[in-house]
Amino acid sequence: MSEETPISRRLKSVRHIIIVCSGKGGVGKSSVSTQLALSLHALSSRPRIGILDIDLTGPSIPRMLGLDGHGVHQSSDGWVPVYADAQQGSDPRLACMSVGFLLKKKSDSVVWRGPKKNAMIRQFLSDVRWGELDYLIIDTPPGTSDEHLSLLEHLAPVHSKLSAVIVTTPQAIALLDAIKCLSFTRAVKLPVLGLIENMSGYVCPCCGEISNMFSTKGGEEMARREGLTFLGALPVDTELVTLLDAAEPSSAGGPDEAIDIKAFDILKRYQETSSAKLFRSVADRVVAGIAHVEQGSAVAGV
Amino acid sequence: MLDLDLFPSNAPDHCPGTESELAGKADACQGCPNQQTCATSTPKGPDPALPFIRERIRSVKHKIIVLSGKGGVGKSTFTAQLGWAFAADDHVQTGIMDVDICGPSIPTIFGIASEQVHSSSTGWSPVYVQDNLGVMSVGFMLPSSRDAVMWRGPKKNGLISQFLKDVDWGDLDYLVIDTPPGTSDEHLSIVQYLKESGIDGAVLVTTPQEVALQDVRKEIDFCRKVGLPILGLVENMSGFVCPGCKTESQIFKPSTGGAERLAKETGVELLGKVPLDPRIGKSADYGVSFLDEYPDSPASIAYLNIIDSESVLHGSGALTMPLLTFVTGIKYILDDSR
Repeated sequence: MSEETPISRRLKSVRHIIIVCSGKGGVGKSSVSTQLALSLHALSSRPRIGILDIDLTGPSIPRMLGLDGHGVHQSSDGWVPVYADAQQGSDPRLACMSVGFLLKKKSDSVVWRGPKKNAMIRQFLSDVRWGELDYLIIDTPPGTSDEHLSLLEHLAPVHSKLSAVIVTTPQAIALLDAIKCLSFTRAVKLPVLGLIENMSGYVCPCCGEISNMFSTKGGEEMARREGLTFLGALPVDTELVTLLDAAEPSSAGGPDEAIDIKAFDILKRYQETSSAKLFRSVADRVVAGIAHVEQGSAVAGV
Repeated sequence: MLDLDLFPSNAPDHCPGTESELAGKADACQGCPNQQTCATSTPKGPDPALPFIRERIRSVKHKIIVLSGKGGVGKSTFTAQLGWAFAADDHVQTGIMDVDICGPSIPTIFGIASEQVHSSSTGWSPVYVQDNLGVMSVGFMLPSSRDAVMWRGPKKNGLISQFLKDVDWGDLDYLVIDTPPGTSDEHLSIVQYLKESGIDGAVLVTTPQEVALQDVRKEIDFCRKVGLPILGLVENMSGFVCPGCKTESQIFKPSTGGAERLAKETGVELLGKVPLDPRIGKSADYGVSFLDEYPDSPASIAYLNIIDSESVLHGSGALTMPLLTFVTGIKYILDDSR
């Protein structure tokens, strides 16, 4: 094993790291990361979960978890993440960190070139006080560039804990980028747990007819062709879109408690959506996939 | 927050910025290739590529950049429609430049994914979709479409600079630039490289939900920081008409008032809304023009009716306009500013 770095020291108490990626933007990486966190959170084993958003120029995770407006506090042992289930009792176990918590104003743009992004990612990995975590989910920006290369570089000392989930939508344009993403994981020897096909059809709320706005089955076929586990197809669920996009708490920028209640509300309401039911099996496959990787068996895609 | 030029593209992690007192002297500067330049306070020279870019781009009348904060909102689709619509006029020369290096979609959308770039004595020649529509993308340069382009900023910037100075664009009426999501290297570089020649403006593409709008706010902030004029905002995937029962429903609900309210709040013009039509995505996958393929669709018919009307953009911004009417509007803004 290579020598200890501030990052490997910090991540010693993290058991598994799941990187959520896609080649194309807007296919639902952040929504999948959020759902994965919420679904794992609901497991009976009560795992401890962290979610790290390294999409620096377009962070979506704070909004999706209802944590918009929160700030990050500094402690003697590093940055304290924001807990989405702070209201749920004394032992919060869904921690979140994003550049969104560090901005003065929500509309501020983060105009950073690679080196600054690299530094921020390193800081996120070495300076956040996650504590004990069963799963650290890392939401990435689209593409295969600075953020991804930096992430993998910094995580090299803990490579044995890493695995990836690839998200795509069914249309050819997205699949093309998903294959590039797969090539990337192979180049950096990142085990792939499987592929999720998002936005797979839409059910008309009026007549119940299923429209395939972005075609269908593309992801499943790609998984078969590439020998990947197909983790599941998720149709567009307007209920979920609305939940994760929920409007401002009435006291915008108000006290943290108002936001905490909102986040808590999302936790509860998510379990009632039809997506949550579908996602349960996705989460199960992810957990099984991790066990498989751990055993050192050859998972497809490695 | 950060200014253009403050951080060289090959700067180290904790670069204090070239304008800083600490430039060349901070700990982070050790080993940086620019340390000498920064430490000796002589003003650093401009990028040597700039004069070549200026020379090459001189023959381009209008430069339009298509931006969005969030990914997958339809930048490339919009860019392609704009290109096709400009090029519908035989006398208009249009170029499309795809600076999404890691996820180039433009070649597929135009149905020219298997083409390659040829170089001649006058530079790389773009791939032509038709006589008056040339396209340049990194997608034409990869040995296989499966290959991931794992490049950091400086390499991406290098290629963008080459796209501007080494591509034989010829005389163009319009150059439409498609970008990746975000506000990072590609965006800074393109603005920097075209600063002298001037970009007419940016079209911002969004979808109605807040998760996308919050990224557009960042993009507006970016445009203002770097002095890039904003032509307007396009709301894509705005409503969905069920092909079965023809009822319109909102897939991506405008929970915070959509692009309309954002436009009002920020004083940016809303160019219009495009409903989600599954045929648009399908056209993109097969690389055919939506306009040519579905001439009988309401969008196409309306486009043909409206193309001569100058009032497109000066009516109510709240109108749900068919996709291609923007083109007239954008043309109009550009001609007006001349």
